[in-house]
Amino acid sequence: MRHDVFIAGYGGQGVLLAGNLLSYAAIHEGNNVSFFPAYGVEKRGGAAMCTIVFADGDTGSPVVGSPSVALLLNPLSFEKYAGKVKQGGVCIVNSSLVDTTGVELPGIKIIPVPMNQIALEMGDVRMVNMVACGAYGEMSGALALSSLEAALKKALPERNHRLIPANVTAMAAGAAAARAKKA
Amino acid sequence: MKQVFTRPDSLKDVPTHFCPGCNHGTVHRLVGEAIDDLGLRSETIGVASVGCSVFLYGYFDIDVIEAPHGRAPAVATGAKRARPDRIVFTYQGDGDLAAIGMSEIIHSANRGEDITVIFVNNTTYGMTGGQMAPTTLPGQKTSTSPYGRDVAKDGAPFKMAELLSGLDGVAFSARVALNSPKNVLMAQKAIKTAFQYQVEKKGFSFIEALSSCPTNWGMSPLAANQRVVDEMIPYFPLGTYKNRADL
Amino acid sequence: MNSAVTEKIFVKGNEAVAMAALEAGCRCYFGYPITPQSDIPEYLSRELPKTGGEFLQAESEIGAINMLLGASAAGVRAMTSSSGPGISLKQEGISYMAGSELPGVIVDIMRQGPGLGGIDASQADYFQATRGGGHGGYRIIVLAPNSVQEMYDLTMQAFDLSDLYRIPAMVLADSVIGQMKESIVANPRPVVELPDKGWAVRGRQEGTEQNVVKSLKLGDGEMEKFHWMMHDRYQLLADKECRWEEYLTDDADLIVTAFGSTSRISKTAVAMAREAGMKVGLLRPITLFPFPKRAYAALSEHCKLFLDIELSTGQMVDDVRLSVARDAEVAFYGRPPGAGSLPTPEELFEQIARHYRACPAATEVTL
Repeated sequence: MRHDVFIAGYGGQGVLLAGNLLSYAAIHEGNNVSFFPAYGVEKRGGAAMCTIVFADGDTGSPVVGSPSVALLLNPLSFEKYAGKVKQGGVCIVNSSLVDTTGVELPGIKIIPVPMNQIALEMGDVRMVNMVACGAYGEMSGALALSSLEAALKKALPERNHRLIPANVTAMAAGAAAARAKKA
Repeated sequence: MKQVFTRPDSLKDVPTHFCPGCNHGTVHRLVGEAIDDLGLRSETIGVASVGCSVFLYGYFDIDVIEAPHGRAPAVATGAKRARPDRIVFTYQGDGDLAAIGMSEIIHSANRGEDITVIFVNNTTYGMTGGQMAPTTLPGQKTSTSPYGRDVAKDGAPFKMAELLSGLDGVAFSARVALNSPKNVLMAQKAIKTAFQYQVEKKGFSFIEALSSCPTNWGMSPLAANQRVVDEMIPYFPLGTYKNRADL
Repeated sequence: MNSAVTEKIFVKGNEAVAMAALEAGCRCYFGYPITPQSDIPEYLSRELPKTGGEFLQAESEIGAINMLLGASAAGVRAMTSSSGPGISLKQEGISYMAGSELPGVIVDIMRQGPGLGGIDASQADYFQATRGGGHGGYRIIVLAPNSVQEMYDLTMQAFDLSDLYRIPAMVLADSVIGQMKESIVANPRPVVELPDKGWAVRGRQEGTEQNVVKSLKLGDGEMEKFHWMMHDRYQLLADKECRWEEYLTDDADLIVTAFGSTSRISKTAVAMAREAGMKVGLLRPITLFPFPKRAYAALSEHCKLFLDIELSTGQMVDDVRLSVARDAEVAFYGRPPGAGSLPTPEELFEQIARHYRACPAATEVTL
């Protein structure tokens, strides 16, 4: 089975960390992984995006034209990439920053998740990427929450391991929010 | 009968290609003597440059690497870093060292590479036929400065021994000449000191040897020798500009 | 490396190059910062000293390649890495190394050009790499990885091939392969019998001959002899060291050919074409020099249409045209470098379909 996911947002939203996290979780489940990052020249505030492909066999192209799932964390990435999602695919949108009211994309399921709001409720807006990862796990069914939790140990530097429980809670909240919108 | 003068073992028993009156042969000899005296022959790696000094491997009976034009200090850096227990020296002319190779010499010196650099300054590009060098004297006519070096246009000659002495990595920097027996003896001492400092891992050691080039200066060997006294030494004063032993 | 080598690690392509260099016994690294390859010097500045090796940030690319020349001449395994503008500066030293029959590994993580260009992926330095790059008519070994695993494996092979043939070896990738992270197995270096470096300068010992490493050849006929000797050596490389990958080529009516990052995208596009019922395959050269001419010649016996895909306006396509049988046709699809200009598998699929329809041998397909 081959899965691909595209993540985009502002630099500083933790897009690349989210990509690393999903990658480690996929490896944890025994997959081969290709993680392909791209970002603007600015360290913060510019565009940040990455593609993750994982498969039990060959990952194939690291460049994905129409991802089956997209995690879009800001308005610019929603405008630019939402329409590129594969037919039958899912677009998980940070509805705290992107107004999706009335927006319809034929053949693409839009799942609005108020990521900033949830992260704030969990105590830190910087966990917006964790909320997004939780929502991905729920919507794709490709990665278990327990794998994401295990991946945190690899994706985070040792000094930040004390933050793992809070991040796990944020991921669970993201998953729950997505689950509520699924139906 | 006691033999008082002989060819250093580090030099091959071959005639050189150098022109009559050129001082390269003398400098080769002094370097060979220093290597012999310090017992370094089996552990020395020479780095030849581009110009009249390129045939180093033909005259020295030691292992030699030939470097691209100006890059000898970088090549020597690589060899020394690969084999820190070896003695590595470069032998470069003025065009090689102070024009195209200025970046390499400055940075090697500044890093304090444990290498010895023998710099032969004869104020011209010898091998290519007497063009203007970075050390060509103000007003000096060469094949590319037919009206004489114009300092307003070409800048003033580089004084390398002084320039490098200002860098912290340099353990020894001296300018010597070869125009008289007295100066040759002083040069001999300075060159030996430079190698001795490398043995002691004191840092970068640098010898600038003022040399004549009768062929490209269009002079007889004697007149060329006199020019070293009359024009070169006044502009490029002899002496030790940096000596870590003094610090 | 220990027995735990089968464990998968998740690393960047550039880091895999650095890790492989350590495993291959690289003792010296000389480099200069340039995007998108700086992860290599950053990794080695941290790890190489721990193994007793030397890491040195040079004053320039010119300084770095000449330090590599010096270290290689002294007989140790050494490496440098850079990208376009820096690789151009290194050409002088590479030419001298080739002329001096020196081994040494040069990693080129291609970016866009000419000039300062940009930092996104490009394959426009194929000519520079495979034609030698500097003056004097020489070639270097060029290996083109298309995955992080291959960044690791081919870097190790670059050291071995370079030592074996006394020719500089280049690992040629781009920012896609360099910046991408993948799960890999850090294989230990296979045991390879290599000749002793009796030619290296180490300080002349009593009773041994003087060793001279030089490119100046002024003796009567010396240079001509050198060129024919190297010509024979390049031929030996072509006979023994060509590497390539074939994917679904056996019954193919159209064969896509691409190297490095483009070959990864192409492979997925080829799989899409197969799903759509098209008999399409992929031929990927892994060694760009020596170029696997015979693989093209053999496949073009039955397949008469090739589609070459590159991130340039066409460079490798020249070698493909020279390699296939006379009656085979070679089409080209190029994506010259530029931000956001990487082709997607979907786009390559469209190109494949377009050419496949025009292919007389193609079985009828409905698209």
